[in-house]
Amino acid sequence: MPTIDLTNTTLRELNGALHKLSHESNETLWRVLNPRGLHSVAAGIDAPIQVEIEGHVGYYCAGMNQRAYVVVRGNAGQGVAENMMSGHVHVQGDASQAAGASGCGGLLVIDGNASARCGISMKGIDIVVKGSVGHLSAFMAQAGNLVVLGDAGEALGDSIYEAHLYVRGSVKGLGADCIEKPLKEHHKAELQKLLSAAGVNGSVDIGEFRRYGSARKLYHFHIDNVGSY
Amino acid sequence: MTAHDRWIHTPPRKSATFDDYSIAEIRRAAATGIYDIRGAGTKRKLPHFDDLLFLGASISRYPLEGYREKCATDVTIGARYAKKPITLKIPITIAGMSFGALSGPAKEALGRGASAVGTSTTTGDGGMTAEERQHSKTLVYQVLPSRYGMNPNDLRKADAIEVVVGQGAKPGGGGMLLGQKITKRVADMRRLPEGIDQRSACRHPDWTGPDDLEIKILELREITDWEKPVYVKVGASRPYYDTALAVKAGADAVVIDGMQGGTAATQDVFIENVGLPILSAIAPAVQALQDLGMHRQVQLIVSGGIRNGADVAKCLALGADAVSIGTAALIALGDNDPHLEDAYRALGTTAGAYDDWHEGRDPAGITTQDPRLSARLDPAIAGRKLANYLSVLTLEAQTIARSCGKSHVHNLEPEDLVALTVEAAAMARVPVAGTSWIPGKNG
Repeated sequence: MPTIDLTNTTLRELNGALHKLSHESNETLWRVLNPRGLHSVAAGIDAPIQVEIEGHVGYYCAGMNQRAYVVVRGNAGQGVAENMMSGHVHVQGDASQAAGASGCGGLLVIDGNASARCGISMKGIDIVVKGSVGHLSAFMAQAGNLVVLGDAGEALGDSIYEAHLYVRGSVKGLGADCIEKPLKEHHKAELQKLLSAAGVNGSVDIGEFRRYGSARKLYHFHIDNVGSY
Repeated sequence: MTAHDRWIHTPPRKSATFDDYSIAEIRRAAATGIYDIRGAGTKRKLPHFDDLLFLGASISRYPLEGYREKCATDVTIGARYAKKPITLKIPITIAGMSFGALSGPAKEALGRGASAVGTSTTTGDGGMTAEERQHSKTLVYQVLPSRYGMNPNDLRKADAIEVVVGQGAKPGGGGMLLGQKITKRVADMRRLPEGIDQRSACRHPDWTGPDDLEIKILELREITDWEKPVYVKVGASRPYYDTALAVKAGADAVVIDGMQGGTAATQDVFIENVGLPILSAIAPAVQALQDLGMHRQVQLIVSGGIRNGADVAKCLALGADAVSIGTAALIALGDNDPHLEDAYRALGTTAGAYDDWHEGRDPAGITTQDPRLSARLDPAIAGRKLANYLSVLTLEAQTIARSCGKSHVHNLEPEDLVALTVEAAAMARVPVAGTSWIPGKNG
């Protein structure tokens, strides 16, 4: 198991080594020590490996991740797992703004809280936040699922497209064109699957969640909607 | 005065303020209740490169022989940080235009034309198509606020990366692509419902401000192993500070797009009233680079209303390393061609004025996703036309450079220029013709 200590190895050396891994590499478990809030740690991986980061990371940790399972045993700065394509990123602490921004696939799990704009422009990623999310989360969210076990801040789902939002706690306010929608059986099944993938098994009552999505009234420009913009 | 004389009026006089166009716009707004959306760049008259002249050679400056002595045109972009900087044979690149805004054959034609003369083309909002990559020898991949079609595999396939902060037609505005052009393929690439009116974000989702931008650029470099040049593109707005901040953020190249630069679809009021003409943006940007000791280290690419080789030469003389063209490239492909006049009239317009690019009904097959219309554009023929046009731009710029005694187009300098108007002199920071007066600089 390669162990990289970022006090005596550069970020470039770490990421360069991770990028060189072939899809059949036997070096499938990596430990990263002393990340010290560095930015872009484990960004751009495209291999089915596991990377365990022991500490806090800065911006864009696991950015554009493909297939890797990245665990952050600490807090993550802005844009963790931004534009993730596939794989699994698990933040065991809190995450800053724009977690999972524009993510196209994969699963992002945040054990603590996420700040503003969690899931902004999401395009297929699944995000499970065990705490709460800040304002403008799921802004212009196009596809994928955002599950929040705590509360959501103001303007949730503003200008949302087809992403599914599930919130167990309170929602301070919904953004333009975002409405509450019925939680049907197939949504419950989807939610159960997401919670299971995030390691939340049996401890949460699915029926406590409320579902939010697009009213689809702003999909076409129309003078009658001018007050919504 | 007879009774008849009472009805003799002064001749009809139209208001200069409420001119025919303004009155028509008031009526249109009253009838529809929505602002006008259109493509292309500003149509108002602005101080432009026509307001500058080259001095040419004289007793103290000797020229180069037009058909004998070499005048080089190559430019290398990205040597500041990129392991693999790009070298172009000519300093004229193709600006970012999306597949979606443009048809597949149009994107292919841009790639073919640019590649034939050794220059680059650029993706746009919506990502990279396989056809575009295949036909573009050097392809710049845009990272836009919407992140439509953004993925690391395409990022790595690119030859350079352009972080788009804004564009000249709409600094501070996001893009639009109306439902007529959101076909299944376009919708799938952008992960949007088919047929909706797409709104692009005006700000990046995961960074705000110059300090964040520096970290974002670091991430892009890390993901691509520091191989690719990273450009930062801004609409001409605060060119001195934007250039300085882009340099500080770690850009290899800065792209400044004036308000004459085109857009696929934006509100007319935005296009006509926000931003700066490119003439006024080049000197401040160059000044910023010089103040930081980065002129020629960080390349400056300028765009917006470039039409001919004289415009190219003037940009380079003011200190740019390269220019970029969009609208002119589309015209070279066949946009607004008079032979389609009947079709333009059927759309309520005329050749040379057609700008409803957002509607997807382009009879030239360029700004459309309608397969019947896009099939009209032969990418090989259109690409050849673009290559011809780019060659002419280059030859014209070389002609002027030789007349000024320059063995490389980059050796053109502000000293070679004068201005015909006080405004142009102040904006370009060159003297009014026949004087040594640069308004604002020396009194």
